[in-house]
Amino acid sequence: MSVDTATVKKVASLARIAISDADAERLAPELNNILGWIEQLGEVDTSAVQPMTAVIPNHLRLRDDVVTDGGVRDSVLANAPAREHGFFGVPKVIE
Amino acid sequence: MTESTYRIRGETAEWEVVIGLEVHAQVTSNAKLFSGASTEFGAEPNTQVSLVDAAMPGMLPVPNRECIRQAVRTGMAIDAEINRWSRFDRKNYFYADLPQGYQISQLYHPLVGEGHLEVEVDGSLKTIGVERIHVEQDAGKLMHDQHPSMSYVDLNRSGVALMEIVSRPDMRSPAEAGAYLTKLRSILRYVGSCDGNMDQGSMRADVNVSVRKPGDELGTRTETKNVNSVRFVMQAIEHEAMRQVELLESGGTIVQETRLFNPDTGTTRSMRSKEDAHDYRYFPDPDLLPLELDEAFLEECRASLPELPDAKRARYTDAGIGAYNAGVLTAEVETARWFDALLATGANPTQAANWVTSELFGALNRTGTSIEQSSVSPAQAAELLALVADGTLSGSLAKQVFEVMLKTGQDPVAIVEERGLKQTSDTGAIEAVIAEVMAKNPNQLEQYRGGKEALFGFFVGQTMKAMGGKANPAVVNELLKKALS
Amino acid sequence: MTELTDLGVRALRDGVRAGSFSAVEVADAFITRVAQAKALNAFIVETPDHALAAAREADRARAAGETLKPLAGVPIGMKDLFCTRGVQTTAASHMLEGFVPQYESTVSQKLWDAGAGMLGKLNLDQFAMGSSNETSYFGNVVSPWRAKDGGNAALAPGGSSGGSSAAIAARLCPAATGTDTGGSIRQPAAFTGIAGIKPTYGRCSRWGVVAFASSLDQAGPMARDVTDCAIMLEAMAGYDAKDATSLQLDVPTWSHSLSPSLAGKKIGILKEYRVDGMPEEIEALWQRGIDWVKDAGAEVVEVSLPHTRYALPAYYIIAPAEASSNLARYDGVRYGLRDLPQGANLQAMYAATRAAGFGDEVKRRIMIGTYVLSAGFYDAYFTQASKVRALIARDFEAAWEACDLLLTPTAPSAAFALGEKSADPLAMYLNDVFTVPSSLAGLPAMSVPGGLDKQGLPLGLQVIGRPLDEQAVLNAGLAIEQRAGFVARPEQWW
Ligand SMILES: [Mg+2]
Ligand SMILES: [Zn+2]
Repeated sequence: MSVDTATVKKVASLARIAISDADAERLAPELNNILGWIEQLGEVDTSAVQPMTAVIPNHLRLRDDVVTDGGVRDSVLANAPAREHGFFGVPKVIE
Repeated sequence: MTESTYRIRGETAEWEVVIGLEVHAQVTSNAKLFSGASTEFGAEPNTQVSLVDAAMPGMLPVPNRECIRQAVRTGMAIDAEINRWSRFDRKNYFYADLPQGYQISQLYHPLVGEGHLEVEVDGSLKTIGVERIHVEQDAGKLMHDQHPSMSYVDLNRSGVALMEIVSRPDMRSPAEAGAYLTKLRSILRYVGSCDGNMDQGSMRADVNVSVRKPGDELGTRTETKNVNSVRFVMQAIEHEAMRQVELLESGGTIVQETRLFNPDTGTTRSMRSKEDAHDYRYFPDPDLLPLELDEAFLEECRASLPELPDAKRARYTDAGIGAYNAGVLTAEVETARWFDALLATGANPTQAANWVTSELFGALNRTGTSIEQSSVSPAQAAELLALVADGTLSGSLAKQVFEVMLKTGQDPVAIVEERGLKQTSDTGAIEAVIAEVMAKNPNQLEQYRGGKEALFGFFVGQTMKAMGGKANPAVVNELLKKALS
Repeated sequence: MTELTDLGVRALRDGVRAGSFSAVEVADAFITRVAQAKALNAFIVETPDHALAAAREADRARAAGETLKPLAGVPIGMKDLFCTRGVQTTAASHMLEGFVPQYESTVSQKLWDAGAGMLGKLNLDQFAMGSSNETSYFGNVVSPWRAKDGGNAALAPGGSSGGSSAAIAARLCPAATGTDTGGSIRQPAAFTGIAGIKPTYGRCSRWGVVAFASSLDQAGPMARDVTDCAIMLEAMAGYDAKDATSLQLDVPTWSHSLSPSLAGKKIGILKEYRVDGMPEEIEALWQRGIDWVKDAGAEVVEVSLPHTRYALPAYYIIAPAEASSNLARYDGVRYGLRDLPQGANLQAMYAATRAAGFGDEVKRRIMIGTYVLSAGFYDAYFTQASKVRALIARDFEAAWEACDLLLTPTAPSAAFALGEKSADPLAMYLNDVFTVPSSLAGLPAMSVPGGLDKQGLPLGLQVIGRPLDEQAVLNAGLAIEQRAGFVARPEQWW
């Protein structure tokens, strides 16, 4: 499977990274090179293998249902590029 | 089971409507699904947000046991398969209400598998399949109308636990969809896993609608997002089905898309902002391990389930309560709870059911109060019904006593004592009054004795009136008959 | 006379306890040395006040006759991937330039609780993505080492923990934190002649560490020797309820149980690592390592990891996939850079912000990760890689039937020149060939100096152990360290 500039642009758009046509041209062969190398994985017969789910055997622990957090609006908003009246601000969204 | 005959009559043909619902129900819990922030409704913006909910760098999710427990109990309540091994996946997309840039959800291995529930529409029963219930995070909230060029982001809801309950496309009419949603809401409230407050957004439905000619393959569906009342869901289906029929009959094709419902107009429209985001790149969340449930946990969930609406209804009808009343009494968990408390006093089920559905509901409706707020307790109601049963109160006296109970919250026995509302069967006193009434109304007496028997009621009324309504009507009847003959 | 900055963690700790010098004297000495080493660009932010405050506290405690904390009097460097309350944390990115966390990572908090002070935030590859430190937005770190070829080319300190490795090698700090996703502790340790250990996945909490690839990221210490690594790791490790993948286990007292004897241990040599074209010097280093562990009493056996050649490609699917999702939160809404072109809507703001905030390598990996997870490719790439990962883990399990530890070179070469590999991403990725397999399997692994190559540049040997058997890894590291007698240090040119 070969990645063309249209695919590069589509992927960049999915990843929300603005790229120029020139960037896309440059990235296409680069990504092809990497993906081509990755594709050797296809050689491995994994038909009888389950994907790994935990790196080290471990159980998911569950928390008690207790309010232990929140009430830290100043911390939450401290680094915000735009904040007003206790909200984060973003360019107006039309749904 | 009968198939729905609901059809949309188009220009060229009759169309069948196929409906599936994805219901998002907020899980009742103190804290959020993956953080310790509170879930309480209506707080100041961004005050119920932890650094985890705001997706600060390096923050990690840890799941809340109660949310898992409630979803499992909900699954059990609809006879669903509970998956002892499930796991969380990330659903990746960019939106301002989604701080992580992904929603933690379950795609590949949901917590709850195949289940079903039964609904009644027009007197016939129908089973609606539930494909799955998975647990996921809610998003934050965007406010668009507070600033000319900005939308505001409030993350208080961000991370609140939701159950997504996905039905099979088994519904064929707006009424069936309405009945399903009503029944589901009732079950969730019985189980206690969701408060069902649709106006606060605790429960909302994504409505999948397609149309086809009966017997054809499934048509292309649209998904109308976040519809938040039973009535709106039914309206949205009606409008969307009609729109699709009109489009198809005029030679158009249906596009699979996300739509938005407008409650003011009852119509749906295409939602532009979410259109490009359909490649969600789901993959297992590497911050979390698989969720494995042991038998003890499942047993605890099972043991904590209450009697559910269908079982309760069957118990009521077995006790002699009519089907209609049984349905009314079990629809809302609070009503059923109140009524069960009344039954527990040993009240006669049929009489109790009649009294609750007529007298109590009438009073609650008049005053716009809910049954939990009622000033009359089940114990007081039981006392009132006992006073009627033992002849202390006539039906009309009981009504008077009940009115006082509603106003003052007093016990019926105390009211009866205090106001002397006790019914009398003292034959001497009644005979004396009858003699007086006969003396005062010689004309009527003559007519009656002359064969105008309809005047009997007149004498009953006069006697009761003279006794201030407190005479036992049966005794009055008997004595009058004797005196008049 | 030995300068204070020549002392390691244990010597500084013991010296402060014994009253041979004060903690403030130690802090001052390192602060001065850090200030004189700007040419190395090892620090993004210097925090002398933090180091001094911890030192004053250590001196006060000693004067008051209190029992000193395990790291009292020891100033360290903190990789700028750990969120530190009130101190800018950037992950070496423009995206997080100016970001001041309102919270402290679990690992850094544990170090402060153990009495350590912070000299500053150490430079790294941007979002820990890189093997040379050249992807930092704040300029690359320069290795203190110079090749003896008369060329004087600036060398890579390794990556991503290149600020940590350079600072320790240059005696700017006695120890530092690192993080290792595919070799980011071990490879820079090897390049700079120091020691570093990546513990078992789940030993150190990931809470508060800027995430790269969650199923691989693991914090660990870097220091000049094995004993110092053990002391540091004891302070950094431990269960954390805030990290669902944290291991609920007590922290062993590794430093007390250190022993250089490998009697009764079987050490495996991997057939598959004898790769074609391996430089002769690496081959020779490996052989020396084999001789040393034999000398320490170990039996050497040949073992096989048949799927190891697929480790790198599997890693370069899994790590970018996780990264593409982990880095989605950098969107210009709640913190960090926001680039809002005139008239841009929300989605355009995201795209502009992320284009401006991420460097080329980060973008490249996000793109790869996005691609391999996208509709139609998920099974062929991500699922297949996760299955291959399971096979690799299974290979290790089989190997543990035949041996207790594995010995390999840490990297396929000594430090390369800055710029030498930056044009070819794939060539850069191949640097991790020996470190990635144990990362995929979550195993403890460490690099210790094994000698110098002909250019006078350090080479490292890697020891890999069973899950949770950091003790055996550290012991083997100590056995090698004692025999290698590595005393070389970079000449001070900065
Ligand atoms: Mg939906
Ligand atoms: Zn959902």
